[in-house]
Amino acid sequence: MPVAGQTSLVLCPQREQNRSEFRVNSELILVADTRPTASIEAVESGLAAQGYIASRQIATAVYLSQQIEKPILVEGPAGVGKTELAKAIAAWRGMKMIRLQCYEGLDEAKALYEWKYAKQLLYTQILKDKLGEVLGGAQTLHAALDQLHTFGDVFFSKEFVEPRPLLQALEQPAGCVLLIDEIDKSDAEFESLLLEILSDFQVTIPELGTVAAVAPPTVILTSNSERDLGDALKRRCLHLHIGFPEQRLEERIVESRVPGISQTLRKQMVGFIHEIRTLDLKKLPSVSEAIDWARVLVLLEANELNHELVKDTLNVLLKYEADIEAAMPQVSSFIAKASRQGVFS
Amino acid sequence: MRENLHRFFRAARGAGVRVSPAESIDAMRAVSAVGFSDRAVLRDTFLLTLAKTQDEKRALGDCFDLFFSAPEPQQDSAEQSRQDDQGEQGGNPSADAHGDNSGGADDENVGPLAQMLLSQDRTAISAAIANASGAASLSDIRYFTQRGIFQTRILDAMGIQRLRDDIDNLTASNPALAERLQDALSGLRGTVRDAVSQALLLYGREEAENLRNEILRNAPLARIEPRQVEQMRVLIRQIARRLRERYSKPRKRQRRGHLDVRRTLRRNAAWGGIPFLTAWKRKHRDRPKIVALCDVSGSVARVSDFFLLLIHSLHEVVDDVRSFAFSGHLIEVSRILESKSPEEAMKEIMSKVGFGSSDYGNSFADFEDGWMNTITPQTTVIVLGDARSNNLDPRADILRRIGERSKRLVWLNPEGRMVWGFGDSEMPRYATFCSVVRQCATAQQLERAVSDIVATYQ
Repeated sequence: MPVAGQTSLVLCPQREQNRSEFRVNSELILVADTRPTASIEAVESGLAAQGYIASRQIATAVYLSQQIEKPILVEGPAGVGKTELAKAIAAWRGMKMIRLQCYEGLDEAKALYEWKYAKQLLYTQILKDKLGEVLGGAQTLHAALDQLHTFGDVFFSKEFVEPRPLLQALEQPAGCVLLIDEIDKSDAEFESLLLEILSDFQVTIPELGTVAAVAPPTVILTSNSERDLGDALKRRCLHLHIGFPEQRLEERIVESRVPGISQTLRKQMVGFIHEIRTLDLKKLPSVSEAIDWARVLVLLEANELNHELVKDTLNVLLKYEADIEAAMPQVSSFIAKASRQGVFS
Repeated sequence: MRENLHRFFRAARGAGVRVSPAESIDAMRAVSAVGFSDRAVLRDTFLLTLAKTQDEKRALGDCFDLFFSAPEPQQDSAEQSRQDDQGEQGGNPSADAHGDNSGGADDENVGPLAQMLLSQDRTAISAAIANASGAASLSDIRYFTQRGIFQTRILDAMGIQRLRDDIDNLTASNPALAERLQDALSGLRGTVRDAVSQALLLYGREEAENLRNEILRNAPLARIEPRQVEQMRVLIRQIARRLRERYSKPRKRQRRGHLDVRRTLRRNAAWGGIPFLTAWKRKHRDRPKIVALCDVSGSVARVSDFFLLLIHSLHEVVDDVRSFAFSGHLIEVSRILESKSPEEAMKEIMSKVGFGSSDYGNSFADFEDGWMNTITPQTTVIVLGDARSNNLDPRADILRRIGERSKRLVWLNPEGRMVWGFGDSEMPRYATFCSVVRQCATAQQLERAVSDIVATYQ
């Protein structure tokens, strides 16, 4: 899996060269084309090696975020693999993943950094004698104060900063994948806090100054669109919407995640789920539910869908009693439809 | 190509996608990273960098398809124009070549446009149209009335004058050829017309929409046509969004002078409770509490409809809304409005109380009996109606009591001030007990009225 990462890295300088050559020939339009497509495919296969089957749009987003160093804001319904995408990128590139789970009331102290108060207190206690020694030579209060000033901010130095996820991400020497999960759950104030990191990959700590990223991290933000995010935040990100995948793609996803499932059953179940999604339900089954269901079906050693089986396992797919009741009368016709599709394709 | 991208950004703005300069720079950088060869990738790139919501993505996708299918700004127009230039500068040899291809016109001395048409060189023609549209700055087109002008300008830039001369000359010497040219000319006109229409669709949409909205905002709500109702709802939602943005800012203000002991102690725990940093008590501003009484009889119904839609889409700004509808008697409709789509809700409300002759006195009495205690000193009561009580007892005394209990009592009347007090209108009698009385017939007046009500809580 690091092989794929390397190839894309190798490709970049070549591309630069090509571009400059072409510019000399003043054929700018024909430039640099086959290569980006190739590297987008490299992204696709790299993620696939991690068990994440990405659509072309997702792969393009990942590729672009690397090229123009922008965070990706991923929106979409729950369970379509937003968080999984970040994990897959991290595994593919062999980088560490740092995750910041957002919730209401999340603030600077929990997201960015905090002073180690206890350590500061402890050190002042331990160093009391030492301080007395050092300051002992001073005759007046004024002189003692002067001497104190020469020490600088010993207790407000890097050693006493407890880095929280955002600061940790900036300090990774080899770069990392920073996942800011469910940003829509946090307060609007927290969004503003993120802006500096997202646009310049740096944070400002009043006592220490500005900390810039050693290597710019790959930032993925996810949101369930529970509230509208600010324009300032959106402007700084590539905006990727992951919806429910197409049937073919979903089959591939199930195939990669649940290898034990037979082809006919896979086709049938994915077809069935697509039919279910046409209903007006409280919570539509998403990819994660599809995978769970596939696992269940494999455990039950099913060969094909039938009414009884679906009826017994529908609670894996649908999470509300009302939804199950709404779907139940349709089950037979959906199964019939799904298996007919399997015959023709 | 950069020119083309800029045009595309402009078209995207026309399609309702808010493209800021920063985003267009990002898009440029992204495009330079992916190149132009793969249209699908290019499309994805634009969708990723420019569009920031699902709706915008859809709009931008459509815009992309329209833009890059347009005869005018084709992807490889630069290349084509180069060919084209060669053709024009090359002069005779290439003209001969074209002439040979078309088989017949080799000895005629005709202008470049005529040659192009005769040779039926489609790429050259579309490139010429693209060039001419550039020269006529077609992307500045805003209104459909400008179509004719731009068409003429483009044809002029393409050298139609020379073509006409050619045709005139040829009618004498070579009538068959002249006829072919005449046909080709009408075909060309058609193509140019299509190009202009497409450009109007791309660049003029925003302007046209603004114009339409402007007209709609000032149209009397009671008399808009059924087909405009949907547009009006969209407009009302926009207004609601604007009001939300303006008034939903956190209403915390520091109030100096009162120490918040609890928070100060907690904040200074690290220094053993010695208060280096102080925390002060904050005061939360109240959010508006609104009780709305809407007349849903006759011509007032539609205004009430939009008013209720507006009030109920202000959740972030307004804490608590209780809505009541009345004509002959009064019922509470908050639950109906919260749980159903605007169309269905209105239908249900109408079936329950609508279409009666209005009786303000009776309705106020209903309110006093059932819901008088919902009014607190923080509540703004809004009455929307024409105050035409069919000569029944107006019960202004109840209105007085409502006014005394509430923070403000606002009366919105869809009728013009001129007719207040004429006929069975009880407006002057009611007006004495209201804090504010205003006319409210158009979307704009509605916006001002609601905006003022919310602003008094800031």
